[in-house]
Amino acid sequence: MTANIGKVVSVNGNLVSVEFENNVSMNEICFVKVGDTALKSEVIRIRGNIAQIQVYEMTNGVKCGDEVEFTGDMLSAQLGPGLLGQVYDGLQNPLPLLAEQAGWFLERGVYVEALNSEKKWEFTPVAKVGDTLRAGEYFGTVPEGAFVHKIFIPFNLLGNYTIKSIAEKGEYTINETVAVVTDERGREIPLTMTFKWPVKRAVNCYSERLAPVETMETKVRLIDSFFPVAKGGTYCTPGPFGAGKTVLQHTTSKYADVDIVIIAACGERAGEVVETLTEFPELIDPKTGRSLMERTIIICNTSSMPVASREASVYTSVTMAEYYRQMGLNVLLLADSTSRWAQALREMSGRLEEIPGEEAFPAYLESYIAAFYERAGYVRLPDGSTGSVTIGGTVSPAGGNFEEPVTQATLKVVGAFHGLSRERSDARKYPAIDPVISWSKYTGVVDSKKIGFCKKVLSHGYDIGSMMKVVGEEGTSLTDYVTYLKSDMLDAVYLQQNSFDLIEANCGRTRQQYVTDKLVKVLGSEYELGNKDEARGFINRMRQRFIDWNYTEFESEAFRKAEGDIDALYAEGKGNLGREAELLLNGGE
Amino acid sequence: MNKVFNKIESITGNVITVKAKDVKYKELAQITTRFGKSLAEVNKIEGDVVSLQVFAGGKGVSTGDEVRFLGRDMRVSFSEDLLGRIFNGSGEPRDKGPVLTENMQPIGGPSVNPSRRILANRMMRTNIPMIDMFNTLVVSQKLPIFSISGEPYNQLLARIAMQAEADVIVLGGMGLKYDDFLYFKEELSKGGALSKTVMFIHTASDPTVECMMIPDMSLAVAEQFALQDKDVLVLLTDMTNFADAMKEIAITQEQVPSNRGYPGDLYSQLASRYEKAVDFANSGSVTVLAVTTMPGDDVTHPVPDNTGYITEGQYYLKGGRIEPFGSLSRLKQNVNSKTRKDHRALMDGMIRLYSSYKETIEKKNMGFAMSRWDEKLLKYGALFENKLMDLSVNMSLEDSLDMGWTILAECFEKDETGLKSDLIEEFWPAK
Repeated sequence: MTANIGKVVSVNGNLVSVEFENNVSMNEICFVKVGDTALKSEVIRIRGNIAQIQVYEMTNGVKCGDEVEFTGDMLSAQLGPGLLGQVYDGLQNPLPLLAEQAGWFLERGVYVEALNSEKKWEFTPVAKVGDTLRAGEYFGTVPEGAFVHKIFIPFNLLGNYTIKSIAEKGEYTINETVAVVTDERGREIPLTMTFKWPVKRAVNCYSERLAPVETMETKVRLIDSFFPVAKGGTYCTPGPFGAGKTVLQHTTSKYADVDIVIIAACGERAGEVVETLTEFPELIDPKTGRSLMERTIIICNTSSMPVASREASVYTSVTMAEYYRQMGLNVLLLADSTSRWAQALREMSGRLEEIPGEEAFPAYLESYIAAFYERAGYVRLPDGSTGSVTIGGTVSPAGGNFEEPVTQATLKVVGAFHGLSRERSDARKYPAIDPVISWSKYTGVVDSKKIGFCKKVLSHGYDIGSMMKVVGEEGTSLTDYVTYLKSDMLDAVYLQQNSFDLIEANCGRTRQQYVTDKLVKVLGSEYELGNKDEARGFINRMRQRFIDWNYTEFESEAFRKAEGDIDALYAEGKGNLGREAELLLNGGE
Repeated sequence: MNKVFNKIESITGNVITVKAKDVKYKELAQITTRFGKSLAEVNKIEGDVVSLQVFAGGKGVSTGDEVRFLGRDMRVSFSEDLLGRIFNGSGEPRDKGPVLTENMQPIGGPSVNPSRRILANRMMRTNIPMIDMFNTLVVSQKLPIFSISGEPYNQLLARIAMQAEADVIVLGGMGLKYDDFLYFKEELSKGGALSKTVMFIHTASDPTVECMMIPDMSLAVAEQFALQDKDVLVLLTDMTNFADAMKEIAITQEQVPSNRGYPGDLYSQLASRYEKAVDFANSGSVTVLAVTTMPGDDVTHPVPDNTGYITEGQYYLKGGRIEPFGSLSRLKQNVNSKTRKDHRALMDGMIRLYSSYKETIEKKNMGFAMSRWDEKLLKYGALFENKLMDLSVNMSLEDSLDMGWTILAECFEKDETGLKSDLIEEFWPAK
């Protein structure tokens, strides 16, 4: 086949129009030749014999008549062993390798192999000669860190394939042939441990999609108990700047109860990625006992890196997530921030002179966002096991106003909404998830009736609190005042959580259930309190003891002692358990 | 050699088009009008129609003026000779010094590889207590100063320029009033900081296109100094003018506006400038402080809003003071544990008491009776504002911390401060 070459006819920012002769397909990758370098680009519109392409790099120096070489391939991610622990840019170039080649700066036109082609992997065949397999079924495994990395029939092969020969157990590089299969027409296809998959297409080599039912523990009390996320579910975290979106995602990436975490740093600060890069190799994953970095992939396209590859980066990340799901693993994809991705779409749409929708976002914004989140899912795999991709995206709404298009489009498709509020973050109440506006459609780790009771206390307390702003403390009855104090205490000891303390930040399922029971008892009881000062003193002491309790290790001696302190104070206040709480705690109807 | 064209097809605002072949995107041209020569930059190519933004503006450009393409993109000369000099947005001298042409460096270059960045961990002292003590500036940080017009932000920048612990200061002025330009020049030479300063100045009366070049020029120079092991502090004022200049050009070129007329890539444009802040391992660093005026004191206006998402915190300048509540240096915890052991506790304690003072003021204004505790808070608040918050206060971090203890001792008993007992034992001033 001869090279398919076109010529540049116009340049507008990173949008370049190319005149071509042969066939060109939508979303095909091409390279613009500028002097010695070739700039990676993607076809995004075709009109007559003009293809409009978005260039993933700065276009300085491009001129009319420059050659453009079409590759025939769509933008693809290379999949295979060795992805874990890597730090990639949006186009899957390993950043540390780029640094070795280009130094301090991200020079344009430098592309590096995504996977190490020299490293040898210990391959164990699983399939036998004569076995018939389909795309997404595996014929061998290699160990990758703590995981068994399955080697698949590439996802893009259609139909049935029969194993003609398969390599023996031994060490191979990713590019060595480890199996030869024949298709239905008898054609032979050699297979290696790696293959490419176009990132903008969802991987669908599973038997069926199941409803997400199992809670994905994040160890954040407010999330797991009140606004839970399910394995295979989706959630979004919108919030104004400084409300703690990134810290919350950072905590989740450390403690979430999943096998693999993929962090897509999309259009945000480089400094935050550096924090992860510095911290993660030092931290130990309690599940595997290995470094946290070994279960993490970082796709990093920070705000000053080219916009078009920012758009690609979320797709690259979700493709890798789907790949590891195929191995029967639970994968969490954290995208920070999807607004920057939407803005990248807006920039290109503007250059294409498309008719703008709301706030100049393109009209297809909603369907793109929906399609992205729909790539999450809890699935049954061909071998009967299950795997999941959970997607959590932050949204950075302009002016902190949730009415804007990206937030609204996202809310339509996600299963849980963790809205961060400026008010709570200003009051240093972290995580600043606003319990009044947030919601979740998934099941949490704590009995929903007990949580319902807590929510009632909270909302009742907020109502009294706002009334008190008008009538003052003097105008509030003692009973109301106590409810207000109780709700304030619940907020302080359960909703708020110190993410920088190792024990406090990592609050597991059993502990959450245990603490909730105690809280239901304390909140659902009446006390003999003479006046408001006494009430405030009592509840404040109770609050302090709960906070101390939170910082003790679960089921340790200190934990028992702190719990004893709470019980003692409860007895001192002559706590009298109310009927509602009693029913809840006894599990009665 | 260079191609010369004598036929300008269209002139809209500051943008002209000519018919030309073999022109590169972002290439520079020189246009000769009856008022003199000006640079112009290619910002769009459609077939043989080339759009250029004229640095000196479109006013008085004739269709018959000569356009000469230079075959290179915008560059800035870099050497030690820059120090003490003042330039405009085209890189031409604004002082009486010679034109510099040696060692031309590209501007708006690629960003630093994130895997080569290191965690910011060095404090940059400014001797302004509200910065050093309460929201410490960290080397390689990017911070805006959110302010409304009329606040003394330029005075603040000038003081930081003179006092900050930086090897080189790069000052980028965008849409500066001429008085402010003179003020900076005078203050810096009075304070003896001019010799370590490079200025790129665009005044309000200069053409808009030059305004857009200022941050790139300033940051390119800063980056070069940083690669030569210098700690560089870049001061930009005012980024809202920069954003407005972008808006003007975008609208002129009939781009689809997104929010309040600003172009859709406002975030990316601002980010690519701010992200130039960096600490090169084993070499120098670039720290960016940029004034962003908030039209109508509205922090949700697109410029401050987008800025807030990019930067690592912000300083609010309000009522002539750096406001302790809204202001935030996100990187301060990287450094303030290493300064003096009472730093963090004292900072938190004093802010907590100051917030109680604010509540007391509210109560007082509503006519409630003042308790003895309230009286103490009132005294404390007044002392805090005069001795630490006032912008004219100039003292080292250690002196500020001591001053903090003195103020506390003057107003409160030891156990009323809520500070840890061992710190109180060590630092409480003897009367």
